[in-house]
Amino acid sequence: MNFKEKIIEKIFLLIALSSITILALITFFIFEEGIPLILKIGPKAFLLGEKWIPSKGLFGIFPMIVSSFWVTFGALLLGIPLGLACTIFLSELIPPSIGILLRPAIQLLAAIPSVIYGFWGLIVLVPLIQNYLGGPGLSVLAGSLVLSFMILPTIITISEDSLKALPPSYKAGALALGATHWQAIWRVLIPAAKSGIVASIILGMGRAIGETMAMIMILGNAVKMPNSFLHSARTLTTNIGIEMGYASGDHRQALFATGIVLFFIIMALNTLAIFLSRRRIH
Amino acid sequence: MQANSKASLWFLTLILILLTLGCQRSRAGMTVAGSTSVEPFAELLAEEYISHHPGSHIYVQGGGSTAGIEAVMSRTANIGMCSRPLMGKEKNLYAVTIAKDAIAIILHPQNPIQDLSLDQIREVFSGKIRNWKELGRPHHPIVLVTREEGSGTREAFQKFVMGKEDISLEALVQDSNGAVRQVVASNRNTIGYISLGLVNDQVKALKISGVEPNMTNIDNGRYTLVRPFLFVFNEEPVGEEKSFLEFFLSPLAQKLLLKEGLVSVLPKLVQK
Repeated sequence: MNFKEKIIEKIFLLIALSSITILALITFFIFEEGIPLILKIGPKAFLLGEKWIPSKGLFGIFPMIVSSFWVTFGALLLGIPLGLACTIFLSELIPPSIGILLRPAIQLLAAIPSVIYGFWGLIVLVPLIQNYLGGPGLSVLAGSLVLSFMILPTIITISEDSLKALPPSYKAGALALGATHWQAIWRVLIPAAKSGIVASIILGMGRAIGETMAMIMILGNAVKMPNSFLHSARTLTTNIGIEMGYASGDHRQALFATGIVLFFIIMALNTLAIFLSRRRIH
Repeated sequence: MQANSKASLWFLTLILILLTLGCQRSRAGMTVAGSTSVEPFAELLAEEYISHHPGSHIYVQGGGSTAGIEAVMSRTANIGMCSRPLMGKEKNLYAVTIAKDAIAIILHPQNPIQDLSLDQIREVFSGKIRNWKELGRPHHPIVLVTREEGSGTREAFQKFVMGKEDISLEALVQDSNGAVRQVVASNRNTIGYISLGLVNDQVKALKISGVEPNMTNIDNGRYTLVRPFLFVFNEEPVGEEKSFLEFFLSPLAQKLLLKEGLVSVLPKLVQK
């Protein structure tokens, strides 16, 4: 009997290890394909070059790095206030009967495929921007708007969890000292859950930087440094997504190299988020 | 405890059986993969082919010319669809021209401009002409729509129209003919280019120096923006691959392609 259980244990260990192995292999492969090109054209020309014309051997991704952060920053500008308001409402102010409906609805927001968000943005937002604000419509603004909706579930669920994890004595104590409900929320609960909320925002940022499909559809993908929210832009992810179909040789390696940059950005963000949410415990 | 571990053993066995079943059941049929420009035509003819050859299965996938050629080289696809000339070591493959395709410069249907010269189009796409006013239309900035680097349609456009000039970096980039058409159809100030066969009433194909892009002008060589569509094989095709290729080159199939807006490779049909 014991022997049988050992075997099962080992098999499950093997399955668990295989998923990690696959992750390691993917990482290895991205680096193995991308590093030679970065070395060939030089890290500086790659990271800070402003021109991306693969057919002429120019592989500068600086405009895409800037665009990635620009689109993400726009999404956070809209997503953080909305997400925080939603979190406070959900965890403190909501009548339970509505909560039963609202919470699954927000989780559903995370389950909607990104191509649907992109399609909605393309059909609804892009013509609106084109008609009322000018420009091609396919723009940083459209991308940021759509992304701000896409990162809401991440921000809301994680910051609500961190609010819920607070000891009930915090709120009780604040109320006992004569604070109103709102004062207790704003002065005591939110500051106490701060690290969790910041972590949720950083994870949302990671989600925004990594989004591809919806962005291909609504950013317009021009390979130029955007100098207005109404201009078209291309992010790191969409650069890979839009060009991989036909890329070969150096061009293909340059896309893998773009993936390496993305890899480091996402790793940095996730490490920061883990670090921040750990600190809360101490 | 015992029942539990027995159940999980059964569960594991089941998973293993399913896994091996998955491996053994290789799909009977043929995969055609590659250029998104060729894909819709290959899909159409694959359906036609299956109706003539019941029991065959043909899977048509997009992904792009290069992806299609790589799929053929790695033998994950039987036939690669390619909408650009072969380059470098790709030339060792066995390639057959199955049709020719014209590239149309497209505008929004409500754009009053009907006709531009190749030089004007080049200046528009290189960013020298930036406003419709310079082409005799009300003051609106021109919005360029192009295909992504590496696309066969873009390469053909570069070769036929741009020459040594670069397409402006401000151009919007879309990753398929359909997406370019969608963007042009939804914005009056745009100009783009797609396969002539995919032009519909959402957009307007531009005359070039007075020459309308139609079959007659393509056949007599007056409309010059024409490129080959290739089928690519690892070696000379045999069996099912051969019969599919032969079907593609048959008068019946070529007539269908002609109806869809492509240029036939059969001289007899071309003359009609």
